[in-house]
Amino acid sequence: MTFFLQLIVSGFSLGMVYALIAIGFVIILKCSKAFNIAQGHFVMIGGYLGFTFLVTFHLPVWASLLAAIAVAIVMGLLIERLTLRPLIGQPVLAVIMMTIALATVFEGLATLIWGGEYKAYHGVLPTITLRIGEISVPPEMLIGIMVSVVTVAILMLLFRYTKSGLAMRATAEDEQVVQSAGIRVTTVYALSWVIACVVGVISGIILGGVSGVMVGMSQVGLKAFAVVLLGGVNSIGGAIIAGITLGMLENIAAGYLDPLLPAGGGLANIFPFIVIIIVLVFRPHGLFGLVEIERI
Amino acid sequence: MLQVNNIEVTYMNIIQVLRGVSLEVGDGKIVALLGANGAGKTSTLKAISGLLKTEEGEVTGGSINFDGKRIDRFSAADIAAMGISQVMEGRRVLGHLSVEENLLVFAHNRKDRKEVKNDMEMVFEYFPKVKALRRQMSGYLSGGEQQMLVIGRALMASPKLMLLDEPSLGLAPLLVQEIYEIIQRINAEQKKAILLVEQNAVAALGIADYGYVMENGRVVLSGPAGMLRDNEDIREFYMGLSAVGSQKSYREVKHYRRRKRWLA
Repeated sequence: MTFFLQLIVSGFSLGMVYALIAIGFVIILKCSKAFNIAQGHFVMIGGYLGFTFLVTFHLPVWASLLAAIAVAIVMGLLIERLTLRPLIGQPVLAVIMMTIALATVFEGLATLIWGGEYKAYHGVLPTITLRIGEISVPPEMLIGIMVSVVTVAILMLLFRYTKSGLAMRATAEDEQVVQSAGIRVTTVYALSWVIACVVGVISGIILGGVSGVMVGMSQVGLKAFAVVLLGGVNSIGGAIIAGITLGMLENIAAGYLDPLLPAGGGLANIFPFIVIIIVLVFRPHGLFGLVEIERI
Repeated sequence: MLQVNNIEVTYMNIIQVLRGVSLEVGDGKIVALLGANGAGKTSTLKAISGLLKTEEGEVTGGSINFDGKRIDRFSAADIAAMGISQVMEGRRVLGHLSVEENLLVFAHNRKDRKEVKNDMEMVFEYFPKVKALRRQMSGYLSGGEQQMLVIGRALMASPKLMLLDEPSLGLAPLLVQEIYEIIQRINAEQKKAILLVEQNAVAALGIADYGYVMENGRVVLSGPAGMLRDNEDIREFYMGLSAVGSQKSYREVKHYRRRKRWLA
């Protein structure tokens, strides 16, 4: 039982990070109806930014976080202004192609700036040990959990209670109506990209603190992609729940099923996707996706 | 207040839909824009509100002035901020937002919270049915309720001029009457000028001060609403009444088909 609870707890902490990355996807999906292929690359950039600020510049954690967020905001604004604004009114496919281009550019940039090799910064993030009975929260994850919970909470409040959040939700429904209400959609888009970048960068720092950074880290985007499908492509709450579920499934699969396999592992990476396929077959909108309202 | 001077509108640089449309809306007036499908009524409205630019249309000739400023180069959001609020055809509620949120979206540019709140109360006063549903998801409202919501929503922007595109579309006659009475009240009590696009000529001319009739992208006839109501061509082609004033008998349609005089 302790083993199981332990797996659940570490699964939860990993799942929160997945949820954070998935929220980045959902926000872009809601406003542009396009999958942002580069979301995983924002995470990778975040990991490298964490390395630069924490290790190279020796900044404290809070300052590194703020600095990375500042970079992310600039990044989001530039991305929107330079690459996506010219595509307004173009088919969704054009936007998706652009995000593929962005992904490639970020990969090149990261190699150019930080070099291709693996950078580790374990132990730089403060470790806080928390024990509940015999279960311990993985110390390097605790700060990650806190940061992601706070970020997610801020985002939920932003969407629910602020004017900008309302404008973003309205834009996701009907761009033309929103413009006739006097809202500039370009501002809404810029805000969406900024949030996607910030969320990606924050999760990159958390993940980097646990497992180090390399260019291939962007593949975590693929897992978050699965989270998005599971949670329903336009539901932030769904992304959070699906993210946590996926993190736990991954850990449970690794803990119980891997030892049974002849090769001795590898199931952790496949098992969540199998579950997702099953869910999608029975609930194509995902668990919490909005169903089209159809009046008869 | 609003002058449309001889505008031409072209979609995708090739399809010309308006060929010189001029019209005027005075302060606090209700002006009706009538015409059959494809006459160019909606395009005229979209040219005024700037929404044309969001669907690859362009004003290629003429000019549009609002309160002394030329607005035909402005973006839809800027025009809306100047005080022109369009109620688009087909209701277009923001389905997954609540009724109240739908109203608040249109108050986005307004800073004074207290006034926004007052305006919301005003909207609820005009549409008590909407008030009862304020926390509901608007996509599940009935057609009449949605139409009321979108008219109320346009009011939330505190506009000087409201552009209404077919508020009677798909509604039962009794509801049409109800909505028209409210439009008339809004015009009288809130001093909002209204440009009303309609197929339902009887309803529109019933409350308008002035009317324009469009065909094939041109204004073919205009005049005070009373004069249009008495015009025999309008009665025949837009109100379905024969010259005598009785309901038209469709038995006679084949024998004699009146020719529109303005085509001569």
